[in-house]
Amino acid sequence: MDLQTAAQINSFLAAFVLLTAFGMLAQKRIYSLIHLFAWQGFFLSINTAIVAYVAGKHHLYISSVLTLSLKVIALPYILHILVVKLKIRKEVETMVNIPTTMLIGIALVIFSYYLTAPVTELSRLITRSTIAVALATVMIGLLMMITRKKAVTQIIGFLAMENGLFFAATSATYGMPLVVELGVALDVLIAAFIFGIFFFHIHTTFDSLDVEQMTRLKEGD
Amino acid sequence: MILLILLGVPLFAAAALVFVGDRRLAPEVNIAGSAATFAAGLGLAFQVYGQGPMTAGGNFFFVDAFNVYLAVLTSFVSMTTAVFSRRYMRREREHGRVGHWGMRFYHSMFQLFIFAMLLCLLTNNIGVLWIAMELATLSTVLLVSLYRTPTAIEAAWKYFILCGVGIAQALFGTVLLYFAAEKVLGEGGEALLWTNLSQVSDKLEPTVLSLAFVFLMVGYGTKVGLVPLHNWLPDAHSEGPTPISAVLSGLLLNIALYALVRCKTLVDGSTHSHRAGDIMMWFGIISIIVAAFSLLRQKDIKRMFSYSSIEHMGIATFAFGLGGPIATFGALLHMLVHSLAKSSIFFTVGHASQMNKTQEMDRIRGLIKGNPLVGWGLILGAMAIVGMPPFGVFTSEFLILTATMKDAPLMTPFLLLGLGVAFAAILRRVQFMVSGDVPSYQKPMKAAHLPVVVHMALVLLIGLYMPVFLNQWFHRAVEILK
Repeated sequence: MDLQTAAQINSFLAAFVLLTAFGMLAQKRIYSLIHLFAWQGFFLSINTAIVAYVAGKHHLYISSVLTLSLKVIALPYILHILVVKLKIRKEVETMVNIPTTMLIGIALVIFSYYLTAPVTELSRLITRSTIAVALATVMIGLLMMITRKKAVTQIIGFLAMENGLFFAATSATYGMPLVVELGVALDVLIAAFIFGIFFFHIHTTFDSLDVEQMTRLKEGD
Repeated sequence: MILLILLGVPLFAAAALVFVGDRRLAPEVNIAGSAATFAAGLGLAFQVYGQGPMTAGGNFFFVDAFNVYLAVLTSFVSMTTAVFSRRYMRREREHGRVGHWGMRFYHSMFQLFIFAMLLCLLTNNIGVLWIAMELATLSTVLLVSLYRTPTAIEAAWKYFILCGVGIAQALFGTVLLYFAAEKVLGEGGEALLWTNLSQVSDKLEPTVLSLAFVFLMVGYGTKVGLVPLHNWLPDAHSEGPTPISAVLSGLLLNIALYALVRCKTLVDGSTHSHRAGDIMMWFGIISIIVAAFSLLRQKDIKRMFSYSSIEHMGIATFAFGLGGPIATFGALLHMLVHSLAKSSIFFTVGHASQMNKTQEMDRIRGLIKGNPLVGWGLILGAMAIVGMPPFGVFTSEFLILTATMKDAPLMTPFLLLGLGVAFAAILRRVQFMVSGDVPSYQKPMKAAHLPVVVHMALVLLIGLYMPVFLNQWFHRAVEILK
C-alpha cells in the first residue's frame, strides 16, 4: 500500500468516525446509540491497524486489538446488559433540542480545524489531516455529556470523548508509548466498572437514571 | 530500593485490606501500612537531601527536591488521617452509616488512593502521571458515595463526570506535548520523561506548547479546583466520609497543582514568555475572590472549608504564576502549611459533626465546653487557615503578598480583598460554633487527639521557626522551578 492510498483510507475512516459522532448526537434510541458507539470504536480500530501497517509501528497493532476488544465488544456489551437489567425503556432525553446540538457540533468541528491548524502544519505524518477530526470528536463527546439528561447517555459521551483522545494520539504522533496506552486502557476499564456500580446506586436511590433529579446539592441562599 | 518500598507498601496494603475486610484489626493494619509508607518517604527524603536529585528503575522514577517534599507530606498526612479514621470510622460503623462491605472497601481504597498519589509524584513519565491522576480520581469516587445517601451519590456522580471531562482535556494536552517532544527527542517512551524534556525545553515548538498548556491548564486546573472549573469540589469534599475530605482537600489538590507547575516550567522554557504564568495568575486570583465570597453564604461546615480549600489553592496557583524566587518559595510553603492545617481542621470538623449529628453550622454549638480538644482545635485551626500570625500560613501568605506588591502591584488589592473576606467569613462562623453552652442534643465522645495536636504543632513551628532542612529543600525546589 503506497502512502497516497494509505492517507486516503485514513481520511476516509476519519470521516466515518466523525459521522458516527454526529450520529450519536442525533440518535434518539438508546440501543442504537450503543451500536453507534461500537461502530465508532470499530472504525478507530481499523484505522489504527492501517496506520500501524503503513508506518511500521508494531505497538499500534496492540492498541488496535485493545480498542477492538474493549470498545467494540466489552463496553457495548456491558452497557447493553445494564440497559436491559435496569429496564431503561425511555428514549434519550436532551436538554437542548437535537437540531441545535447538531449546529453546535458543526461549529465545534470548524473550531477544531482552526485550533489545530498550527499542529497540522508542523506535522510530517500521513495522518496529519485527521488531527482536527480527532479534536472535533473529543469536543462532540463533551457536548453530548453536557446536553444529555440520562446517566447512561452521559457515560456514552464520556467514552466517545475517550475515543477521540485515542484517535488524536494515533493521528498526531502514531500513538503514545505502549506503557501509556495500556495504562489509559486500564483506567477506562476501571471507569467502566465504576459507572456500572454507579448505575445501580443511582437507580436504587433515585428510582430512575435521570440526572435531572440530582438537584439537592445547591448553594444555600 | 527505598522507592520500591514507598510505592509497594500502599499497593500491598490495599490488596491485604481487601482480605482483612471488616475485622477488628483493619484500622490498625491501615495505620501500620501508612506508617511504613511514611518511614519509607522519610528515608527517601534523607537520601535525596544528601545526594541530590536521582532517577531510579531505569529512568521510570525521578526524585528531586520538589516532588520529594510533597511525597513526604502525602505519606505523613495519610498516616495521621489513618490514625484519625480509626475511631471515626468505627463510630460511623456503629451508627450504621457504613456496612460490612463499605468498611472493607473504604480501607482498601484509602491505600490505593495513597499509592496513586505517590505514583503521580514520583513518576518521571508525564503519560504515567496522567494515568495515576485518573486512578486517584477513580479510587475516591466510590468513597465519596460511601454513605449511599442521595446527596452523596449526586456528589460522587458530579465528581466522576466533571473530573473525567477535565482530565480528558489534560490527556489531549499531553498528546500535544508528546507531539512537540517527539520532534526533538525521537519516538518512544524517552520523549515523555521529565528529565529529558526539561533539558530540551527551549527547543520545543512554542506554538504547540502554548496550545498544549491551555488544555493542561483546563484539565489539571479542574482537579486543582480552580474557578470556574470548581463545581465538583465542595460537593465531593462535603458528602464523603470526613477522613476522605481531609485527604482530598489536603493532598489531592496539591498533587494536581504539582502536575500543572511541572508542565508550566516546560512551557516557560519553550516560549520564553510569561504567558503561562499570566494564565495561572488570572485563574488564581479569580478563584480567590469567588471562593472568598462563596464562603460567606455557606451553611454546611464541611462545604465552607471546601471553599476555603479553593481559595488557598487559588493563592498557591497565583503565586506559582507570579514566579520569581520569593513567590515560588511562598507557594511551596503554602502548599505545605495549607495541607497540614486543612486536614487538621477536617479532623476536628469530623468530630464536631459526629457529636452534634449534623453538618449544619447553625446547630453546632458549645464545642469548647463539650470537648475542649475539638473546640480549641477548631478555633486554632481556623485562625491558622485564615492567615493569623504566628501560624505558618501567615508566613507563606506574607511572602506571596510582598512578592505581589513588587511584581504585580495592581493585583494586590484583589488579593487582599479575598484574604480579608475569607478571614471574616470563617472566623465569624467558627466563633459561634465553639462558644456558648452545650446544646441538649450534643453527645460527648472521645476524640482522636494525636493527629490534631501534631498537625497544629507543626503549623505553629513552621510559623515561628523554619527548620534548616526545610529551608534548604525549598531553595532547591525554587532553583528547579526557575
